[in-house]
Amino acid sequence: MRTLPVGDDALLVEVACGEEAQALHAELLRCREEGALTVREIVPAARTVLLDGLADRARWAAELATRDVPAAAPRARELVELPVRYDGPDLAEVAAHWQVPEREVARVHADTEFTVAFCGFAPGFGYLTGLPARCHVPRRTTPRTAVPAGAVALAGPYTGVYPRSSPGGWQLIGTTDAVLWDPDRVPAALLAPGTRVRFVPVEGP
Amino acid sequence: MSDRALLVVRAGALTTVQDRGRPGYAHLGVPRSGVLDPPAAALVNRLVGNPPDAAVLETTLDGCVLRPRATVTVAVGGAPCPVSVGGRPAAWGAPVVVPAGALLEVGAATAGVRGYVAVDGGIAVEPVLGSRATDLLSGLGPAPLADGMTLPLGVPAGPPARVDGVPQPCPPAELVLRVTPGPREDWFTARAVRDLTTRAYRVSAASNRIGLRTEGPSLERARTGELPSEGLVLGAVQVPPDGRPVVFLADHPTTGGYPVIAVVRAADLPAAAQALPGIPVRFVPVRRR
Repeated sequence: MRTLPVGDDALLVEVACGEEAQALHAELLRCREEGALTVREIVPAARTVLLDGLADRARWAAELATRDVPAAAPRARELVELPVRYDGPDLAEVAAHWQVPEREVARVHADTEFTVAFCGFAPGFGYLTGLPARCHVPRRTTPRTAVPAGAVALAGPYTGVYPRSSPGGWQLIGTTDAVLWDPDRVPAALLAPGTRVRFVPVEGP
Repeated sequence: MSDRALLVVRAGALTTVQDRGRPGYAHLGVPRSGVLDPPAAALVNRLVGNPPDAAVLETTLDGCVLRPRATVTVAVGGAPCPVSVGGRPAAWGAPVVVPAGALLEVGAATAGVRGYVAVDGGIAVEPVLGSRATDLLSGLGPAPLADGMTLPLGVPAGPPARVDGVPQPCPPAELVLRVTPGPREDWFTARAVRDLTTRAYRVSAASNRIGLRTEGPSLERARTGELPSEGLVLGAVQVPPDGRPVVFLADHPTTGGYPVIAVVRAADLPAAAQALPGIPVRFVPVRRR
């Protein structure tokens, strides 16, 4: 684990892989709940966790450099099931990358248990990990100027669902009617970091 | 109190409702947002007797024109500009009474970029995640002002401040930003790190509430490839593929995949909010505290 000071009062903690970042995130949330960690933001990402507005940065930098974090996130997190129609315009392209028939894309995707590794890009946009390495696909060479809200998409090691219409370069494989982001709801984001996710295939328009 | 509202007669180039933002949600992809020049906003709030977290209007370059339905006390600050009430010149940087139905004209900035208009009681639009700030990156909070719109006002909290004069900030002719290194300084060549703090940059016209973009020498990467997405702080100096540094301001994304070569001291960011396109920018290296 490597710690990098950022600006006046932030610390970027870098680990070896995404699983370690998720475990460290869970550990840091626990420290905050216990009152041991005073911090404004805890932002998990692909291979780092950012502590922003951190009291006592020097102590945490020293402590985290030597800390043993339990390998797996020790808490059972809630499971969210998202109904999805596998009707995306890039199904054929993804099937070609995976070298499988088109219907296999839906089967593999729906059989996978995902975890929200981190959020970003837009409020409520989660980066979901879980697909095996052979199913990782590149971004589209030309991003779409408008991806509809609810589009279920793939890029690199991640799956994501667009919370609202926006430009985007991910490969679209399906559509969900689930409300990913609602500021009037608690929590506002359906897919917060650490949440487990399954996609449930549904038929229909 | 029933008709405490503001009619927007002329919205201006970009006028938004802002307060101190919505920190604490970065892990959900929510920018902190909020006023770009917090000291200026805090001052106008104080001048009209508002608490520091009351929502104000943030104007961009050409001000705005408002007509309150009830008699209100306002204060205009931030970028210096002419102010008039009912066609007569009024004070800038001081509490001013605007009678019900009178026109409050906030003119074009004579220096700087962002003006602040506080009204006693504050702008009382519905908060989103505890804040009334307009977040232009993610579309949270109220939409930017449009001509003909009506904004609700809150109940005045206290009497306006009794002041003879307030310090008049002078928006910079040159923007000096103190920077600490990293966290991804090692993604750049030694020459690029030297270039950032020794060569001349200028504020780009493409700057906005998300970032202060710059024009100047392109910073050379020491390594190619993609940086995995990571958390970003306010003031991060991110270098996109074109090599020109961008200083992240209030509506910055919460995670990003381009390397951050340095971070601007928080105390220097209000000046960045007032820097006009074209003015020189100097990044001055300082040691971490």
